[in-house]
Amino acid sequence: MFILKLLIRNAFRHKLRTILTIVGVAIAIVAFGLLRTLVDLWYAGVEASSASRLITRNAISLVFPLPISYKDRIRQMPGVKDVSWGNWFGGIYKDEKNFFPNFAVEPKSYLAMYPEYVIDSSQVKAFALDRKGCIVGRKTAERFGWKVGDQVTLRGTIFPGQWDFVIRGIYRGAQKNTDETQLFFHWDYLNETVKKTLARRADQVGFYMISLTKPELAAEVSLAIDAIFKNSLAETLTETEKAFQMSFVSMTEAILIAIQIVSYVVIVIIMVVAANTMAMTARERIAEYATLKTLGFGAIHIAGVIFGESIVIAMIGGIAGVACTFPAAHWIETELSQFFPVFSIASQTIVMDLAAALVVGVVAGIFPTWRGSTIRIADGLRRIG
Amino acid sequence: MSIPYSYSFRNLWTRRLTTVLTASGMALVVFVFAATLMLAEGLRKTLVDTGSYDNVVVIRKSAQTEVQSGIDRSQAAVVETQPEIAVAGGKRLVAKEIVVLISLPKRGSGKPSNVIIRGVSATSLLMRPQVKVIEGRMPRPGSAEIMAGASIAKRFKGGGIGETLRFGMRDWTVVGIFEAGNTGFSSEIWGDVDQLMQAFRRPVYSSIIFKLRDPSEFARVKERIEGDPRLTLEAKREITFYADQSQAMAKFLRILGITLTIIFSLGAVIGAMITMYAAVANRVTEIGTLRALGFQRGSILAAFVLESLFLGLLGGVVGLFFASFMQLVTISTMNWQTFSELAFTFTLTLDIIGKSLIFSLVMGFVGGLLPAVRAARMNIVDALRAT
Amino acid sequence: MAETTPPIVAVRNLSKSYRRGQQTVPVLQDISFDIAPGEFLALMGPSGSGKSTLLNLIAGIDKADSGTITIGGVEITTLPEAELAAWRAGNVGFIFQFYNLIPVLTAFENVELPLLLTGLTRRERRDHVETVLSLVGLADRMDHYPSQLSGGQQQRVAIARAMVTDPEILVADEPTGDLDRVSAGEILALMERLVHGFGKTIIMVTHDPRAAEQAHRLLHLEKGELTDGAG
Repeated sequence: MFILKLLIRNAFRHKLRTILTIVGVAIAIVAFGLLRTLVDLWYAGVEASSASRLITRNAISLVFPLPISYKDRIRQMPGVKDVSWGNWFGGIYKDEKNFFPNFAVEPKSYLAMYPEYVIDSSQVKAFALDRKGCIVGRKTAERFGWKVGDQVTLRGTIFPGQWDFVIRGIYRGAQKNTDETQLFFHWDYLNETVKKTLARRADQVGFYMISLTKPELAAEVSLAIDAIFKNSLAETLTETEKAFQMSFVSMTEAILIAIQIVSYVVIVIIMVVAANTMAMTARERIAEYATLKTLGFGAIHIAGVIFGESIVIAMIGGIAGVACTFPAAHWIETELSQFFPVFSIASQTIVMDLAAALVVGVVAGIFPTWRGSTIRIADGLRRIG
Repeated sequence: MSIPYSYSFRNLWTRRLTTVLTASGMALVVFVFAATLMLAEGLRKTLVDTGSYDNVVVIRKSAQTEVQSGIDRSQAAVVETQPEIAVAGGKRLVAKEIVVLISLPKRGSGKPSNVIIRGVSATSLLMRPQVKVIEGRMPRPGSAEIMAGASIAKRFKGGGIGETLRFGMRDWTVVGIFEAGNTGFSSEIWGDVDQLMQAFRRPVYSSIIFKLRDPSEFARVKERIEGDPRLTLEAKREITFYADQSQAMAKFLRILGITLTIIFSLGAVIGAMITMYAAVANRVTEIGTLRALGFQRGSILAAFVLESLFLGLLGGVVGLFFASFMQLVTISTMNWQTFSELAFTFTLTLDIIGKSLIFSLVMGFVGGLLPAVRAARMNIVDALRAT
Repeated sequence: MAETTPPIVAVRNLSKSYRRGQQTVPVLQDISFDIAPGEFLALMGPSGSGKSTLLNLIAGIDKADSGTITIGGVEITTLPEAELAAWRAGNVGFIFQFYNLIPVLTAFENVELPLLLTGLTRRERRDHVETVLSLVGLADRMDHYPSQLSGGQQQRVAIARAMVTDPEILVADEPTGDLDRVSAGEILALMERLVHGFGKTIIMVTHDPRAAEQAHRLLHLEKGELTDGAG
């Protein structure tokens, strides 16, 4: 207790300097936490996706469709439990900055396959019955103030025209990382409309989603599906949902790596600032350390006093930073919702924040500790006069 | 009467460890500041160089990107006959192109990434003087031959000369490599438009590009194309078209850059302030002596601000020095709007150098001002009495 | 009184020099003398004569080049650093010119500091600290911080700190150097009391003739050598 009292009193001897350092550490920890969260978000889609469901798409690339006729052949494959299908619609609500993902899907099989979208059974029924119906995630509904029964018009980018939908249900995510921003509507509605206007693009789907009887069969079934469509007009590429999501992430890897590097640079910068503070502090207190040594305290005690002070300052900054991270994340969620509809901080990030603060405290203390504990008493005392 | 510059400078030298620590903190901040500006500049330069002011891109209304667009033959015929299209050597400078994405594995990691493959005709090259075949030759019309941008050839499996890519149930041989400078075309693969349409079974074009005989006629031709009831198309200047396509990326980089800079500079200013407050505290007697010798408060203020400015400048120069090496780095990432590869290089300009140095001086100034005010406001008698 | 009992401090052929850049500056040259238990010894001499160095050597906070110092039968010149620290904690008390109190600790806590290195319980420490603080007349100032005390009071806290482990020897480096006449007088009286009432041995470096007067014996140092013996 005595030592802790000494550490805290020492830490606030230069109030201004200590407060400045604490603020600096807090800012760095906020930045670090937000950047780590940004990186996590990148992987959120991967985290939320399943390794036991498969996605089949055109082998050339995502922009090429597959014939709807594949669905029956896939369904007959051993190991396949159910098949659903959909298209990326890419519709825009009023303005491009209102972006949210929207898909045309086959409602019954899709909702059965994705239990993570929690939705009232009466709403599911209403959605199934209305050909122009759609369901939308809670976040997007809140963002635009939509309620069940509202009409929503999307402007097609891939499928031209103005598309009207009626909201028949609002889903919630079963898990915290479930994407609650998407909109789903009837694939049949899309297909029938396309048949009338762009006949050559009818009866085509963007991707198939496949559930398995046993998750262990994923690799085997993937290979089998791709084998039967080999050398056809539309060859397929089948992979687990996780791998599919991961392929998007790896395409933007360069930015991801840059953000990760930057998140560590923040910590290095604040380490330098904190080391500077501790170096100055220790230099001013050399005589005090010599006095303590004269009284019989050993190098280990002196080291404890300097290290302890450094860690106390860094940890106060770290805790303050963690406390500020939440309002900052909330601000981002509201102000930058176009980029980050969800900006929630993982508990792991908090642990990382505090670990980073601790590292800052330890590193900042190393040099002054070494100086303070190796000082020769006679030299240290001489500095007084 | 002002205090000589050397006073400020030597004080920094005397406290080397602290000076080095503070300056290196600032250097890191300036490094990040300059690097984000360089990245944004690199992206901008790539976009500007890709488009040319007197070229017009026509795509389907609301399609946003060439990949999402579709223009059927009858619509294409209408666009082709616009009177504003330039003529060179008896040829109308208009090209109907198809643009699709194919997924190719990267060399080394084997991770797939989306690459743009563009079906072109002979006039396509005439309108993009920045595209030059540097190895091999152009693909022959009517054959399963393609040429790859230099950046594709280097980074993707099957993109090198003599290698083949398989898509649309055919093998395509790379017969040429083209260089297109700092433009988006360097990350594309080009082939014959008719062959590719057949292979991908797409009976429609993606976009029509033409050169204006007079750049000022853009408004008129745009109005005519967009107003024509037979066409559901929109026309954009090529420059605008490419800028629009990377808007999200540009905005993302800008927001990231600004946010990082603000946060980082707060950290660095605090670092400078700590250092300068300590500098003042250590020299109380000295300041008292200077005042007693007859130096004005203003001179004391100036000396300490100058010391802090030196510190900032030192950080700025070091940070810029390291940032200049970032020019060797090329970032290749997926553009969210087109889902295709986009490569751009950190680009250092005089403007960025200027901004970074000003930024570092501002950090030094802000960090040094309050401590300098404290030094200047000190009471002579108290200052002299302090030990 | 020094003739009958064996000396508590025996200094033999002590030499020490410092390096200043290329030059080697001799500070102490072949010094030998004894101090008897209960003696109040003043070391005098001009600046740079080596008196502070001699004090530091006797206190075990500096290392000699050659020669030996034996204190209470222990030859401290051969002790390794860690053992020396432990020896200091139990056998020597320090009094400095500028008091060297820890500014963030109260008078009580400053005095308690050396006791933290012992195995005493909280209760025992409290008793010890209160005893020495009332001995120096500061029982009512226990919870004051050094900045709330006058110079003389701070020096009395420092003396209490030096006394709290009950060492046989007290070393004092210019204990009155930073004090006014009245305070200096009080401090000297207190030191006198420690010698007579508690049988402590005090070795004091001083410039102050009034302080020297109080001592039983004077040692004069000039250019690293003793110039005379008894005083």
